[in-house]
Amino acid sequence: MAHKTVAFAVGRNPEMGIDGRPTPSPLDPIDVPEPALGSEHMLVNIGPQHPATHGVLRLVCELDGETVVNVTPDIGFLHSSFEKLGEYRTWNQIVPLTDRMDYLAPLIYNCAYVMSVEQLMGIEVTERCKVVRVLLMEMDRIFGHLLWLGTWSIDVGAFTPFLYTFQEREKIYSLHESLTGARITTSATRVGGMMADLPEGWTDQLRSFLDDFPSTLAEVHRLLTNNGIHIGRTQGVGAISQEDAVSWGLTGPNLRATGVPYDVRKDRPYYDYETYDFDVPVGRHGDCYDRYLCRMEEMAQSVSILRQALDRLPGGPINVDDPNITLPSKTDAMNDMESMIHHFKLITEGIKAPVGDCYFPVEGSKGELGMYVVSDGGSKPVRWRVRPPSFVNIATLPKLSKGHMVSDMIMINASLDIVLGEIDR
Amino acid sequence: MSDDAKSGLDALDEGPRPSDPSETVDAPAANPDDHPSVAGLMARFGDAVVHHEEVSGGQHVVHVDPARNVEIITWLRDDPAHAYNHLADVTCVDFGGGAPLQVVYQLFSMEHKRSLRVKCLLPLDGLEIDSVVPLWNGANWLEREVYDLFGVTFRNHPDLRRILMPQDYAEGHPLRKDFPLRGRFSRAEQTRRALAQDVDRFYIPSERAAGREPQEVFFPDPDRPVPADAGDGQG
Repeated sequence: MAHKTVAFAVGRNPEMGIDGRPTPSPLDPIDVPEPALGSEHMLVNIGPQHPATHGVLRLVCELDGETVVNVTPDIGFLHSSFEKLGEYRTWNQIVPLTDRMDYLAPLIYNCAYVMSVEQLMGIEVTERCKVVRVLLMEMDRIFGHLLWLGTWSIDVGAFTPFLYTFQEREKIYSLHESLTGARITTSATRVGGMMADLPEGWTDQLRSFLDDFPSTLAEVHRLLTNNGIHIGRTQGVGAISQEDAVSWGLTGPNLRATGVPYDVRKDRPYYDYETYDFDVPVGRHGDCYDRYLCRMEEMAQSVSILRQALDRLPGGPINVDDPNITLPSKTDAMNDMESMIHHFKLITEGIKAPVGDCYFPVEGSKGELGMYVVSDGGSKPVRWRVRPPSFVNIATLPKLSKGHMVSDMIMINASLDIVLGEIDR
Repeated sequence: MSDDAKSGLDALDEGPRPSDPSETVDAPAANPDDHPSVAGLMARFGDAVVHHEEVSGGQHVVHVDPARNVEIITWLRDDPAHAYNHLADVTCVDFGGGAPLQVVYQLFSMEHKRSLRVKCLLPLDGLEIDSVVPLWNGANWLEREVYDLFGVTFRNHPDLRRILMPQDYAEGHPLRKDFPLRGRFSRAEQTRRALAQDVDRFYIPSERAAGREPQEVFFPDPDRPVPADAGDGQG
């Protein structure tokens, strides 16, 4: 076989040893010609069918090489006009529309909507119902954050945390299923109470989840929090100041990562949140890494709230005792004339709400979730408006991404924790 | 199809039943001293504060003159005694039946833990109001949504385009009460428009300027004569 000695064409120091170790004498500078790059920018579409956009989101990026000059989010691909549909439905028939908005934390939406309608109607729900709704909302906060954590870690290049988080999500899916019969489209709430009380053994199932979950969270912490690649990809990326964050209307962990301690549970408390012992984690730098830390700590705080709520879960009825609001039991409706009339009226006409409007914000998993309902005294709303936290949060993407690399923009998008079902509604 | 079912479908096409405006506008006035910001507003702006009501267990609503909305909201945001620094939401309500549209601002003060709802009533023949984007950047998309779904024009808005509906959507503003649930065009016309391919549908002019001319996708001309050496296309 003929040998061919490879001759280095340029810049090779003749004194350099054959093993490639550097020698003290300086290398001759290599004259590398400047590549003839065009100075014009490039326009690249990411999405609407792209896994890194976390849904049907289209990002029109103007790039200078690998640097983002400008990015315009294009939304509306999932627009289903839920708010318009709500105007044709009675107050209770809207509940199934709410969980289709945020399919990552459906119970928070179910609860927030009926809480707003109840406030409009002046209904005070039972103590048991309050604690059950706190349980469901905190459970789904973990549920939503777990999906964010899994997809976030995939975006950063780590696959293992995704499997860990989805294993834990599966347990919450089971809890959803045993409570409502559905895994995602829960529709668990009704005006004045719940579709059904907690099934037997449900609290034990939740307790066993709470016992196992912190160890999984600690594992993911160990995999990511001090991981050099993770830190390099997220620290100092997509930072925003406190003033800008408030001006852009950011809420939830995205706002608290900048250090503004605004949490609806603390600042506009509902359902006795002021009596629960929990902390609101805040960051300092407002970058992707601080958003990550805030959400990780929020999950731990939710576990603590869930334990407290389980300990104080009172007995008693879950629905309000008012035949004009709550459906009678099937037995009563079949055997008792009065109950049958109430049943018939509630099904055919629905509940009447007084004239007025009500804005009710809760702390959703993505930020301040406000439900604004307007009534003209009928059994259907004049207007049902959702204050969508993801919609407001994704509007900051152009500001956060400018000047960063394309791959950083993907991390910023992941750090905002959006859900397109709610952005497009 | 029975007559009942048919009338149900007609109802869908006609849109939701309009409210009687007299029911909704003349809510009883509340005591301004119950809310310090309302008392302050009335002392400072006088007649520009048209109406004040308390609804839903302690939520205060003020109706203000739409011509002075930015002036009033700026004062609410910047006056340290009020400091409504968080604009939670901008939305719009249409009661139908010719009633004025209500542009609704949900304000919250993180410092004083106080909320206030500010409404501006716009008559149907004058759907224009000043934008609050100079005060809060977050109002940008929220106002675009109101423009898209209700047709309210915001003066001084930096980027007033449709946001949820396509840019060339020609059927009007979907959340208005006179808009039928299934849209104004037939399903066939809607499909034809949705499939129409035009690059300008998908980009805003500044983006078109940044990119190059789009490449033409080459589709073989079906009428082109088939070369003699070409296969039968089935191999």
